[in-house]
Amino acid sequence: MLTVFLQFLFSGLTVGAVYALVGIGFNITYNATSIINLAQGEFVVIGGLMMWFFSESLQLPFFVSVAFTIFSAGIVGLLMERLTIKPLKNPDLLLMIMITVAVSIVLRGILMFSFGKDPYVYPAFTEGEPLSIYGAIIQQQTLWVIGITGFCIILLFFFFKKTMVGKAMLACAVNPTAAKLVGINVSRMVMLSFVLSAVVGAIGGMAITPISLMEYDKGPMLAVKGFCAAIMGGLGTNRGAVLGGFIIGILESMTAGYIHSGLKDAVALIILLLILFFKPAGIFVSKAMHQLRKY
Amino acid sequence: MKKGDLLSFLIFILLIILLPVISGSTYTLTVGIFSGINALVAIGLCILMGYAGQVSLGQAGFYGIGAYISSILSVHAGLPIVISAICAMIVAAIAAMILAVPALRLKGHYLAVATLGFGEIIYIILNEWGPGGPSGFGDIPHFSLLGYTIDTTTGYFYLVWGLVAAVMLFSINLINSGTGRALRAIHDSDLACNAMGLNVTALKIKVFILSAVYASLAGSLYAHYVTFISPSSFSLFYSILVLMMVIVGGITNLWGAVIGAVVITVLPELLRRFEELDVLVYGLILTLSLMFFRKGLVPILIEKIKKLREFAVAKH
Amino acid sequence: MALRNVSVDVREGDIKALIGPNGAGKTTLLNIVSGIHQPDKGDVFFSGEKIVNVAPTRIARKGISRTFQHVELFGNMTVIENIMVGQYAKTKAGFLSSGFKLPFVMKEEREIQRKSEKILEYINLGQRKDEPASNLPIGEQRTLEIGRALATGPRLVLLDEPAAGLNIKETRNLGEIIKKIRDELKITVVLVEHDMDLVMSISDSITVLNFGEVIAEGTPLEIQKNPEVIVAYLGEEEEIQRGYNAHT
Repeated sequence: MLTVFLQFLFSGLTVGAVYALVGIGFNITYNATSIINLAQGEFVVIGGLMMWFFSESLQLPFFVSVAFTIFSAGIVGLLMERLTIKPLKNPDLLLMIMITVAVSIVLRGILMFSFGKDPYVYPAFTEGEPLSIYGAIIQQQTLWVIGITGFCIILLFFFFKKTMVGKAMLACAVNPTAAKLVGINVSRMVMLSFVLSAVVGAIGGMAITPISLMEYDKGPMLAVKGFCAAIMGGLGTNRGAVLGGFIIGILESMTAGYIHSGLKDAVALIILLLILFFKPAGIFVSKAMHQLRKY
Repeated sequence: MKKGDLLSFLIFILLIILLPVISGSTYTLTVGIFSGINALVAIGLCILMGYAGQVSLGQAGFYGIGAYISSILSVHAGLPIVISAICAMIVAAIAAMILAVPALRLKGHYLAVATLGFGEIIYIILNEWGPGGPSGFGDIPHFSLLGYTIDTTTGYFYLVWGLVAAVMLFSINLINSGTGRALRAIHDSDLACNAMGLNVTALKIKVFILSAVYASLAGSLYAHYVTFISPSSFSLFYSILVLMMVIVGGITNLWGAVIGAVVITVLPELLRRFEELDVLVYGLILTLSLMFFRKGLVPILIEKIKKLREFAVAKH
Repeated sequence: MALRNVSVDVREGDIKALIGPNGAGKTTLLNIVSGIHQPDKGDVFFSGEKIVNVAPTRIARKGISRTFQHVELFGNMTVIENIMVGQYAKTKAGFLSSGFKLPFVMKEEREIQRKSEKILEYINLGQRKDEPASNLPIGEQRTLEIGRALATGPRLVLLDEPAAGLNIKETRNLGEIIKKIRDELKITVVLVEHDMDLVMSISDSITVLNFGEVIAEGTPLEIQKNPEVIVAYLGEEEEIQRGYNAHT
């Protein structure tokens, strides 16, 4: 009993970690620009597929592949912002949503053309025996996923709370005019936010591929689930996104395990609708906080 | 109806009647039938986007509901097709309400993500639990009403486009009415609309339900035409195609949606050789349209043609 | 905190002005009455009915309508269409009945057209009725916004700085229209304004806010003589003097 439960718990934490990272990616762009980047899921796919390309196809050493993958993701984020976001003067919400959708399709198209529709995989980061906790088998890669996610979260926490650049980025969405007046280069912050969110997503993709493989079309579902994670804590709150991601991951895993595996993808959507209906500002957020930003 | 609309509508009816007469080829008519089915979905999405200012990335879900429920009811429950199709529309309306009520009180991206999730989940449900699973199922009866079955290509062409004409008429009436005005006003300032006592959220929800019902009708027509359906026709890709039809046609232009539907339906035929590139090509068309041809490729082309004509006339 | 211990009474049929330096909380007060913001503490009563924590849509239906500090017209629609939308809440036409063009919908539409034309005539914008609202000069835009507020058939109208950006002639026209609304239509008006000429010349009663608190209340004459008000408006003493002269 406990074994089975722990098994589901850990697989839930694993996928949940990726959802948390996607959610954080959403928050980064949202915090800097008030835009919801619906291409966020594609960055995860890029992370996984590019890592395969560098490490398996080009046979580059592990750390080199990691570096190149992160770099590639950053470039994609950069290009997306410079080519499609920056040129728009004062776009309305509808247009913004559709542009990010359009970019997600272009990215998906490029991935489909380059990699085809097959799933890709590469070896886990470390070779070794899986752990056994009360009988539950935990792959080493699972620990890597959770660990890397945790590490990213801590890094980002320091970035946004303690560095000038990070704080500047947060200032931009709350009040871009005031930000400009105090000398923040808003345009550069916007660009940086896209690059950073792309990198965060890609890291998630890199870590999860050895466990659940990666295909060109996993983006949209990841975006939906990551978005759900992001709003659980209140859009823009990273602590919330992390908790949200793990909760969704665990609920999904439990649903798949105890009820029916076909239903697992519906979990995120149901949670999304429930949150929107009852607490759209997020579950872990105070009233004062959500009045600041009209979600 | 305004004079311009009336004229467009009459020309439209004329074209519908004449097309099978001018070009009787089965190929043309088949493409025409699919264009018409897609036009129904596109018109609904156009009203949603152009008048309620919302994006739906899940029209394929409603389209799929229309196809599957109508087929299942007519095949396994033996219900008449019209009844089955109506039941499907009711289910689609309920699903739309479940999505819209939580999401439409809030900003646009919530509905966008909710519909994205919805479309994907319907696709998964169809693959997992639909009759025949991923392989789909067939032996779906052709459309029939009161014992009279339509099973010729020409007959189906008139059926589909007749319905498109009826839906256009309904939609034009709606847009020109006080309700249509209210929708346009919401687009300009929903703050002011609320202050005038309009129930903005309720209006947006109703528009969304309308778009879902149109898509469901299209799905039912589709199923009873091709008589064999599988989940692959109802994926996110289809939702994106419909989005493109509306954007290419110009978001606020109902006729544009119809023309956009024809253009995008014909496009894969032209792109047949570049199959692996199709997603990319569509993505590029969409991106470029949004960035540079925001009024819609079709309206812009028409404007250019008009200007050329004026230029030519002025020269004399 | 935007407002603290604020209590304002508005007598039916009056023109009540809310004045005070920028940031005093005037627009916030309007937003609370019209339902856009919810107060942390306190109540709003309209004809004896409590209307706090009620959505703006329902407040409008109870008979309160308003204009906005930054004109919120339906810019892409014509002048008359703006007025027509103002009446939509009272119509019975729905999606299905409009789509099928049922007779009662057509009748309602004609009625709305007629009433809208009447309103436009009343505010002297009849000749502009088919022009896009965004084409109008700012003075007429503000008048149109007032006309649209009238279209809902209100008992109380909240005007948020309607004279902002208007020249002297336009402001005088505005004043005439507001007085007409009070005298002929028997509608109560609450007016947030900075233009002292306007305020002093048309108001029945004035409440002065500063830093989120009420510092004075009374007739225009009383307010002009109130030392605290003068202090709050340091530097604008001359304006009050001019307004006083205009009133007497």
